[in-house]
Amino acid sequence: MDSSLTFKSGIKDVIPTVFGYIGVGLAMGIVANTSHLSVLAVLIMSLIVYAGSAQFIIISMLLAGSPVSAIVLSTFLINSRMILMSMSIAQYFKKDSLMQNIGLGFLLTDETFALSMNKLNLTHQRLKPTWLHAANVVAYLVWAAATVVGCLLGNLITDPNQFGLDFAVVGMFIGLLYLQIITDRSKPLTTQLLVVLFVAIAMYFLMRFFPGNIALLLATLLGCSFGMVVSPK
Amino acid sequence: MSSYILVTILLCGLVTWLSRVVPFAVIKNMAIPHWLISFLSFVPVAIMTAIFVESLLTYHAGHWPGFNLPNIYASIPAILAGVLTKSLLAVVITGVVAMALMRLIGWA
Repeated sequence: MDSSLTFKSGIKDVIPTVFGYIGVGLAMGIVANTSHLSVLAVLIMSLIVYAGSAQFIIISMLLAGSPVSAIVLSTFLINSRMILMSMSIAQYFKKDSLMQNIGLGFLLTDETFALSMNKLNLTHQRLKPTWLHAANVVAYLVWAAATVVGCLLGNLITDPNQFGLDFAVVGMFIGLLYLQIITDRSKPLTTQLLVVLFVAIAMYFLMRFFPGNIALLLATLLGCSFGMVVSPK
Repeated sequence: MSSYILVTILLCGLVTWLSRVVPFAVIKNMAIPHWLISFLSFVPVAIMTAIFVESLLTYHAGHWPGFNLPNIYASIPAILAGVLTKSLLAVVITGVVAMALMRLIGWA
């Protein structure tokens, strides 16, 4: 990754994260297949909902015949962290048109958000719509394709995890977090490490009471507040 | 595809879309207060830590979380790869290979 913000560099920069989408997407397609969802339903879901963990929950709740309202509420709760990420990244696109902003928001994911935050450290805190559109669109297409292929292969491969692909997404966040910590010069290293430590401990305590997705949201909110308190004035 | 599935997908898509897009429209049209910029500046490191730690824990309703040992073990070489190479791709590939090897020899 370098300071270039062209369409081409957007495609190049997103490549490492593609493994994560493939791993999780295949797994999701296979789960959908075993839950008797058609390939068409999987494709439509990936194109319209486009959210990894939420899609797993939706499939399991559909299989259980849960009420539509409960599924929609769960989806909203799981994805509400998108509100925080969108707010954070939107400040770099204030000068771009509303349509550009809506387009960028439409396809933003955990991964392309994290990638953008890494990129900012190399570009003097600037981002361009072209670069993010490129990363977003590649991620979107790879995700849709991976879930469809997973659904088609569902009958052949019973355990996609044997290839370790389920770890791709964890590995990606390890890499993105590490790069974020070592390259973000806007905050002292100690402040960042304190926030990491605080959020990690908060996650452990919160998961005593809440499922991972809710704990994640609460820990992030607490972590940001903690960061404001401990950062040097 | 039944209408139950289709309606669910459409509504789930709508709430997700709103969560993604409304903040862009709001931030575009307002002066962001200083405290909010400061708060949001911690979102990247906080959310990435939370996502990572979530994958190392397992939720058991009403109990303390357990540890996802395979993910914890595979994280060690992945972190080392990060420190040594500073390359995202190297971290991902090292982690995946470590996990595949652990599954092969039956550790995970």
